[in-house]
Amino acid sequence: MTWFSIIVSGIVTYFSRMAMVALIDREMLGTKVKEVLNYVPAAVFPAIIFPGVFFNDFGSFVEITDPKIYGAIVALVVGFFTRSVIATIVSGLLSYWFIIFFLLR
Amino acid sequence: MLSKSKIFFKGIVAVLPHMLSVIPFGIITGAIGIELGFDPILVYATSLIIFGGASQIIFMQLLSGGASSLVAITSVGVINSRHLLYGAVLSEYLEKLSFIKKLFISYFIVDQGFAESNKYIKQNKNLSNPHYYVLGTGVTLWFCWQLSTISGIILGSFIPEELGLKFAIPLTFLAIIVNDLRKLDHVFVMLVSGFASLILFNAPFKSYIILSPIVALIAAFIMLRFKK
Repeated sequence: MTWFSIIVSGIVTYFSRMAMVALIDREMLGTKVKEVLNYVPAAVFPAIIFPGVFFNDFGSFVEITDPKIYGAIVALVVGFFTRSVIATIVSGLLSYWFIIFFLLR
Repeated sequence: MLSKSKIFFKGIVAVLPHMLSVIPFGIITGAIGIELGFDPILVYATSLIIFGGASQIIFMQLLSGGASSLVAITSVGVINSRHLLYGAVLSEYLEKLSFIKKLFISYFIVDQGFAESNKYIKQNKNLSNPHYYVLGTGVTLWFCWQLSTISGIILGSFIPEELGLKFAIPLTFLAIIVNDLRKLDHVFVMLVSGFASLILFNAPFKSYIILSPIVALIAAFIMLRFKK
């Protein structure tokens, strides 16, 4: 039964990856839809970022003093000015570690 | 003109920074599967067959918690439906490929790979073989994901939990969109999506992952009407 679930889940997931690439003709999408598609990264990724920062493992809101919030702010500022992926991630992690290992001890 | 292998290599390099979150996440995914009592082969099969981090963890958690197959499959489908949006964007660059090649490359469409490919191809409009870039990002992420889940299965979660490496996940996605903060219209869409995700977080089947982008895209659509 577990194998069955894995395989069906795999097919469903593969379909979600493949459908728009292989089955849909781009002519079918109007210019308005194409314009809106420019915003896909802006529409998808905050829905992963916000819960990752503002919720804890148990699904409730973190406190305003939570280290993740400050790590994210540092990453945001560093990323904005450096435009570098690695600098964004590293600065966020380092500031987060600095808070949990030095400031909170 | 860049050769195919150079474009492929550029794709590889573009996703390397994201390994800071992908590798620990893969290790955690493998280790969680074992902790939940699944057979190692089954745990690995989720990486090979489903190939989608968050959805694999939730899938295994649901099944081990006694949920029905239908619930587990529905959750995976809902969480991974965001790939439809990635596909819609990438289809512009993959249009000229044969059907078989489209079927092949689709398997490698992943969050970070999509984002980096989209960014690069937009900046290099005249790129002759953009699908090599997509493939470079996707294949790299695929290999690292397979290897890191296997190491998590074998070694357990050997990265100390105190490091809080889960936090690296929102950070990689932040790194992806941080450049677009210079464009106010994009910032508006991001805020709509972010706040929607906080409000919809407890919606069933983790559907906030697809509902928030839909709300944000509708907001983008309305915004575009007002701009004209």
